[in-house]
Amino acid sequence: MSAAEGGAGLAPNAEPFREILRIRRFEECLLVLDQEDHVTGHFHIYIGQEATAVASLLPTDAGDVVYTTHRNHGHLLARGADPYRMFAEILGRRDGYCGGRGGSIHIAAAEVGVPHTSGSVGGNIPQAAGAAFALSRLRPGALVVCFFGDGTFEEGAIFEAINTIAKWQLPILLVCENNGLDAPAAPGSFPTSATAAERLTDIPAAFTIPSISIDGIDVASQLETLEHLIGEIRAGGGPRFVEATTVRWPGSRPLWPELIGGPFQLGWLEGDAPDEVAEWTRDCDPLVRAGADLDRAMLALIDAEVTTEMAEAATRALAAPWPDPASALVSTTDPAVVP
Amino acid sequence: MATVTYAEGVAQALRDALDSDPRVVVFGNFFGGITEHQRHFNELGKQYSERVLVPPWSEMGNTGLGTGAASVGMRPIVDLVTGSFVFQGFPQVVNEAANIEYMGGGQTTVPVVFHMLTGIREAGAAQHSHTPQAMLWNTPGLRISLPASPTDAYGLLMHALLESEQPTAYFSHPVLFDEAEEIKEWDAAANRPGEARVVREGADLTIVASSIMVRRAREAAAQLAERSVDCEIVDLRTLVPFDLETIETSLSKTGRLLVADECHRSAGVAGEVIARVVESSYDKLRAAPRRVTTPDVPVPFSPPLERAVIPSAEQITETALEVVG
Repeated sequence: MSAAEGGAGLAPNAEPFREILRIRRFEECLLVLDQEDHVTGHFHIYIGQEATAVASLLPTDAGDVVYTTHRNHGHLLARGADPYRMFAEILGRRDGYCGGRGGSIHIAAAEVGVPHTSGSVGGNIPQAAGAAFALSRLRPGALVVCFFGDGTFEEGAIFEAINTIAKWQLPILLVCENNGLDAPAAPGSFPTSATAAERLTDIPAAFTIPSISIDGIDVASQLETLEHLIGEIRAGGGPRFVEATTVRWPGSRPLWPELIGGPFQLGWLEGDAPDEVAEWTRDCDPLVRAGADLDRAMLALIDAEVTTEMAEAATRALAAPWPDPASALVSTTDPAVVP
Repeated sequence: MATVTYAEGVAQALRDALDSDPRVVVFGNFFGGITEHQRHFNELGKQYSERVLVPPWSEMGNTGLGTGAASVGMRPIVDLVTGSFVFQGFPQVVNEAANIEYMGGGQTTVPVVFHMLTGIREAGAAQHSHTPQAMLWNTPGLRISLPASPTDAYGLLMHALLESEQPTAYFSHPVLFDEAEEIKEWDAAANRPGEARVVREGADLTIVASSIMVRRAREAAAQLAERSVDCEIVDLRTLVPFDLETIETSLSKTGRLLVADECHRSAGVAGEVIARVVESSYDKLRAAPRRVTTPDVPVPFSPPLERAVIPSAEQITETALEVVG
């Protein structure tokens, strides 16, 4: 599934770039909204990790199910969620996916197969296992893609879940995004979370789940790997685990990120980035990597289209109405439960 | 007519739900716990081996398994066995399943059932005797069922498995497994959630109870009848939905309230029932409401110690006599 379908008649190899750019432009708009004090609460930025969402979700089908995390903007967009309804939810507006009840870290988008988003680290994996069980009975051949960060290995939930996932050979792709956040001393070295395991892949492997670590920056190689793994899962091969490693974006502050260096410019592809992001952009930016070999005139067309799409979505969301306060007391399906 | 037991009511509901809806699936199958009544569930497990699955002992994993399966179209029941074990599953029950429908603006419903054995079962000590219904009542988004009879054990579970769009915390009581009743046939329609039930009519005092405490309230009412006190007993059946109206109607007649409940005293079910009654019906009360509960100590092991904390029929009788003066 891709929101690029119906786009500007792109050459196939430009699609990953376009999808990565959509996520980047969405989050740049969000950072600006936050600078202008329109955003309540905190949110989590995905800049630098976009290639993994795109490579994991381009090979999925409409009948598949996706579980994301508090760092969910990229997963939702890559799955085809409507950026207007995402912005509206983040801003607490009536037209948001959850009617303003969830906010950034709880955006669910059932229409694109995201039934619920847990804001608790590790909260999603037991449910992803249950969804995979259900798909194995209801829609054989479908799978669950479950994203989580490296910090999830500090929670107990993942150990209970992967045990059942392995014992029951459930159709699930476990995607651990190791983003280098919380790296104390050695940026670029992995794993970064506070686990005693030397390699995160050792943990699911101990439960007999085939596990690999891949470069999370390069979209083309990830796409090749993940298409293959997803094919194996669909064919009944059981679960797979992937660790995708990326390098911490300079603007990352876990709760209060900053758009250091300003919005992405196509000139960065030629090495023309501001000093504070120059090194990271050159070596670690999945967007620069994805666009490197593509025709620049074509990229300019894509950029114009994507930039307009996200700016318009943000502007519309900012003008969207607030939810009716009385609706806070309304349960949508069962008045007995929320009186 | 046939004589049926409470344990058979639970097992029959599982069987009938499995037969009537292919989306029903059972995760865990120790509904009868360490009682002889487990044989009913062992039979069920053999008969439906493809749909009665025994996952690892992982309360957080399994409550999440049910929640996730329910989120994408199944109707699972997760057997947590002893109610005290739900604390290992609290992240999924309280912070996930209960929140999903509301927090997502109604995009996803989660018709999962969490089955637990509530209460003091004999020699369970502090870690196998909890009554988590009060803590879960403090969690919006869950239905809570507390059957006291075989027909309610059946009807309330059938509703949770086949009709509810919300997650349900369903509490069996292990001491009630042998509770017997004469029935013509199992009848889910006559035993739906929504209304409390007057199980004994009387004029002097209203005793509100649920689960095991309905049995003890009946015993107390028999003792009280010998002393010319005529008790009306209201069986709550479910905490969510909560039927205040039936209690109010009873109080219009009796003017006196005693709540008998097995939860610990502080922030328990009895305190909440009394608060609601006082808020809505203060003018109907002719005496201060009273409660009989488990005192605020962890449940001890040794038989005489355990007996000292169980809210008993005798305690209900003594307290009732004080209420009627």
